[in-house]
Amino acid sequence: MDIQLKRGLLDVSVLAAIKNEESYGYKIIKDMAPFVELSESTLYTILKRLEAADMLTVRTAEHAGRLRKYYRITDAGRRRIAEFEEDWNEIDRIYQFITREGTR
Amino acid sequence: MTKQEFLSALGKKLSGLPQDEIGERLSFYSEMIDDRMEEGRSEEEAVAQIGTVEELASQIIGEIPLSKLVKEKVKPKRKRKPWEIALLILGAPLWAPLLIAAAAVVFSLYIVLWALIVSLWAVFVSLIAAALGGLGCGVAQIAVGNRPQGLAMIGAGLFCAGSSVFLFFGCKAATAGIARLTKRFALWLKKRFVKKEEA
Repeated sequence: MDIQLKRGLLDVSVLAAIKNEESYGYKIIKDMAPFVELSESTLYTILKRLEAADMLTVRTAEHAGRLRKYYRITDAGRRRIAEFEEDWNEIDRIYQFITREGTR
Repeated sequence: MTKQEFLSALGKKLSGLPQDEIGERLSFYSEMIDDRMEEGRSEEEAVAQIGTVEELASQIIGEIPLSKLVKEKVKPKRKRKPWEIALLILGAPLWAPLLIAAAAVVFSLYIVLWALIVSLWAVFVSLIAAALGGLGCGVAQIAVGNRPQGLAMIGAGLFCAGSSVFLFFGCKAATAGIARLTKRFALWLKKRFVKKEEA
């Protein structure tokens, strides 16, 4: 797949993984695994990018005697998902047009 | 490999990066390994799932812009003493041209590679122009009654058109190849910056 396209899709996927409740790195990877395969270092880069864009916030909390980072989506992050859904509706219409059959 | 071994090996490989960035990455991977172990995997398994140190280091270095690596490299580890600053300024006529020369060499390497591509495409474009010209002139020659010459020109035009098709695929492959090569070169260059720190 086109790299830019995939990058954008992965960003939104990670946002979707924390859409309902805050989550942590390994859980994000596990939740996404059935749909998208994501390596740790890719996830790290995406989380950094989303944090820089204020689409999520990070907090560190103790868990089982060690520290864990939790990621929470912001309003900007939610807007990004909504934007993606709108874009996708448009893409879907174009896809319907491209693949339509026998209407000549 | 234990978690500690893994993290310290990775830390060493990344030692050309800014300190806080290394720390942050290592704690990220550490958390990932802990979470896997908490799920019941052995330490060995959990580490193996993250990937090899070599792979990770290449990927991480590949993602970081060269400018950041250079900046980290140039930044002194401690405050410079006045005499060091004086020496730096006095030495400027010596090191500044050397630095510029090094940058120029890298830059010219890129230019040479891409000039190759540009010239290949230029040949492609001129073949097409020759094909069109040959066909046009050939038809014109025949129109004024110069049959043999006209046919020869049309033939030459067709030949050029045919070669251009072949060359097109060659050009495409070469462009992709050079793009890969420059990317590898950039990674190699970055690794030089990180490696030196290790020694």
